[in-house]
Amino acid sequence: MAVSERINRHLLGLEGVSADDIEVLLDTAEALTEVSQRDVKKLPTLRGKTVVNLFLENSTRTRTSFEIAAKRLSADAVNISASGSSFSKGETLEDTARNLAAMSPDAIVVRHPYAGAARFLAEVVSCSIVNAGDGAHEHPTQALLDILTIRQHKGRLDGLKVTIVGDLLHSRVARSNLYGLKTMGAQVCLAGPPTLLPAEFEQYGVELHYDLAEAVDGADVIMMLRVQRERQDGNYFPSLDEYARYFCLDEDIVGRAKPDVIILHPGPINRGVEISSTVADGRYSVIMSQVANGVALRMAVLYQLIVPGAEGIRGSTLAATGPATGAAATGVVVADATAAGAAATGAVVADAAAAGDGEKLGAATVAMGGRDGS
Amino acid sequence: MSSDKSSRCERGSERSARKTVISKGRVVDPASDFDEIADLLVDEDGLIEALLPGGSAEIGDAEFIDAAGQIVAPGFVDMHVHLREPGQEYKETIASGAKSAVSGGVTSLACMANTDPVNDSAAVTRYIIEKAQEAGLANVFPIGAVSVGLRGERMAEFGEMYEAGIVAVSDDGMPVADSALMRRALEYSRMFSLPIIAHEEDCGLCQGAVMNEGATSLRLGLKGMPSAGESVMVARDIELLRAAGGKLHIAHISCAEAVEMVRVAKRQGLAVTAEAAPHHFTLDERAVEGYNTNAKMKPPLRSPRDVEAVCEGLADGTIDAIATDHAPHHRDEKACEFDCAAFGIVGLETMLPLSLELLRKGVFPLSRMIDAMSSAPARILGLDRGSLAVGRPADIVVFDPDAEWTLIASELHSKSKNTPFDNWTMRGRVTRTLVGGRSVWEQQV
Ligand SMILES: [Zn+2]
Repeated sequence: MAVSERINRHLLGLEGVSADDIEVLLDTAEALTEVSQRDVKKLPTLRGKTVVNLFLENSTRTRTSFEIAAKRLSADAVNISASGSSFSKGETLEDTARNLAAMSPDAIVVRHPYAGAARFLAEVVSCSIVNAGDGAHEHPTQALLDILTIRQHKGRLDGLKVTIVGDLLHSRVARSNLYGLKTMGAQVCLAGPPTLLPAEFEQYGVELHYDLAEAVDGADVIMMLRVQRERQDGNYFPSLDEYARYFCLDEDIVGRAKPDVIILHPGPINRGVEISSTVADGRYSVIMSQVANGVALRMAVLYQLIVPGAEGIRGSTLAATGPATGAAATGVVVADATAAGAAATGAVVADAAAAGDGEKLGAATVAMGGRDGS
Repeated sequence: MSSDKSSRCERGSERSARKTVISKGRVVDPASDFDEIADLLVDEDGLIEALLPGGSAEIGDAEFIDAAGQIVAPGFVDMHVHLREPGQEYKETIASGAKSAVSGGVTSLACMANTDPVNDSAAVTRYIIEKAQEAGLANVFPIGAVSVGLRGERMAEFGEMYEAGIVAVSDDGMPVADSALMRRALEYSRMFSLPIIAHEEDCGLCQGAVMNEGATSLRLGLKGMPSAGESVMVARDIELLRAAGGKLHIAHISCAEAVEMVRVAKRQGLAVTAEAAPHHFTLDERAVEGYNTNAKMKPPLRSPRDVEAVCEGLADGTIDAIATDHAPHHRDEKACEFDCAAFGIVGLETMLPLSLELLRKGVFPLSRMIDAMSSAPARILGLDRGSLAVGRPADIVVFDPDAEWTLIASELHSKSKNTPFDNWTMRGRVTRTLVGGRSVWEQQV
């Protein structure tokens, strides 16, 4: 398929992304999880394609996850990080983008400290852009893997009560999850101190709570956000100790949730600050399946964006990249999602037989990758 | 000078040797409460000679301007312009800024002190005046700094700059954070009757922020400036004015709370005035969607409720003047991540059509609009401008209030093209601008 038809195939965020599109991505990821469990963990699907991981903010964890995802699909993965790149020598993002474009990548995965940077790239270059976290804006692949994890454990998303706790104001993970979960029919509850949970969150049709126990009451899922020490300096709360006094998730509070509640955390965990060790290591915690799902979900995203008219999701496109119009302009919009994602991925998996070499990187390697500034 | 065949911009430092008759336009002069179809005569010295009933003037060998169906008004006075010269000529020069001004009907402008070097001395003031005379288009009135180097520490030499020609003092671009300095500046300015123009921003509340704080900033994940970041400083300065005297002018007022404070202070008889920028009564924070860096400015575009309050303030006179805060920036300073982009947009060439939009919405009548764009700012700065009274310098704008045109950013006369109104259909266009009786801009519509 001609290159021009791939233009504008981006995943910039989950705002405005339809339930059908999310389902296709989840189904694709589900099918790809199976690949990770084989001896030969590689598919030829993206052979000859190039994926650039442009990480202008440190995040070994997310970068590694994307790198493994690209390699399992046989794509060439190029890593460019903030330190050592010309970017740190004062090159503008526009110049960086143009230089990267000269390498003719099929996709650029971008992590950037500033909100809107992924969209900016999408306006400058013609390949697919995957937002791997832009400032406090969105982190769609993290949210998708969270949602996948929830679906795997609960068998559904519609009607679930999901409570998100912590630094909502600065969290891109929370924003992406909000969009995705609401779209999939979940009821979302937010909890945190008023300084980190401004009233403007009401625009999403969610409940706001300053009392953790109240927020967790009857929850099917609790999602804990990482709290950063720096927020103390901005006087968002007096100290991590006092934060923990009111917002640390311990056994007592988990007791208010449904008995089969699951607990998610994007990692890395501040034990004793936002979550007690007993809870983090307890039976409700699904943190390790989140990590495993990360690779599969990112494989699904790369596959769906890069492969022209990927089976079952023809016409995958996105969003206006022109001047601001006030319209929601992020996310994958799939024009024709009628064909089942499962059918699509069935085809991919069948290709596996043709895969030549075996990359033995296990998902567990990713888990301990290091700090993720989510 | 202009590549545009349908428009003409004349440098003309030579005095017009003959009279001019602007015929049969609707002459609106709020300063003298005049609003009639009339012929306006300009004498050989560039002064307004007479206003005669429409069509009755003898033309003779005078230059004839047919203004039938158009509005003839005192040339606009934009009291808030950043000309960037000296120091940042890549963004704008005094000459390019003056050309941008006259093409937008602005015959007089006051330029802010945040150049490089800062206009905190008579030498810089004189330099600006000389450069403006060389450009020979609009009248340029420099504004001096409140503090040396805009550092907010030591007061600049108001007296020396006043004698060199400044018309006000301001640290615009920066607030005067130190209340004691603001108090002394208000007191000291009384010696020269200089207004202090205040850029109201609480540095703590606005630190690191790039747009209005609200629903949109939350969604975009951008750090917001709360309205209180502006209003607490307006409250402070009104109280300092009450205690210290002097004249306080609030620059680019943008939030409902600040407008109400000025309203109350005026009712109490305090010498406070205010201006609003066209972007603050035309756009709200939603214009930032898509991380549009041309919607990034200080103060930021606010909520729809604030836009309404600014309109009300303009309607009832709480806000005296319309001023553009024309802030040219190079493309590279806007073609970047939103957080990294420069604050501000150009405004001289869009002031008229955007103001006319308020007129069409019924916010104010024509005479009030022209008062806000000409007479009021001239009054605040103590200029002998903004009026069509006989004997005054003939600074005149002729415009067709209904002419439709499309704004193309790349065709702006300003050296910089940073406008959020690119590709907008504008209604209302300047057809002729006269400064001191000389025709300096002509545009066919
Ligand atoms: Zn200012």
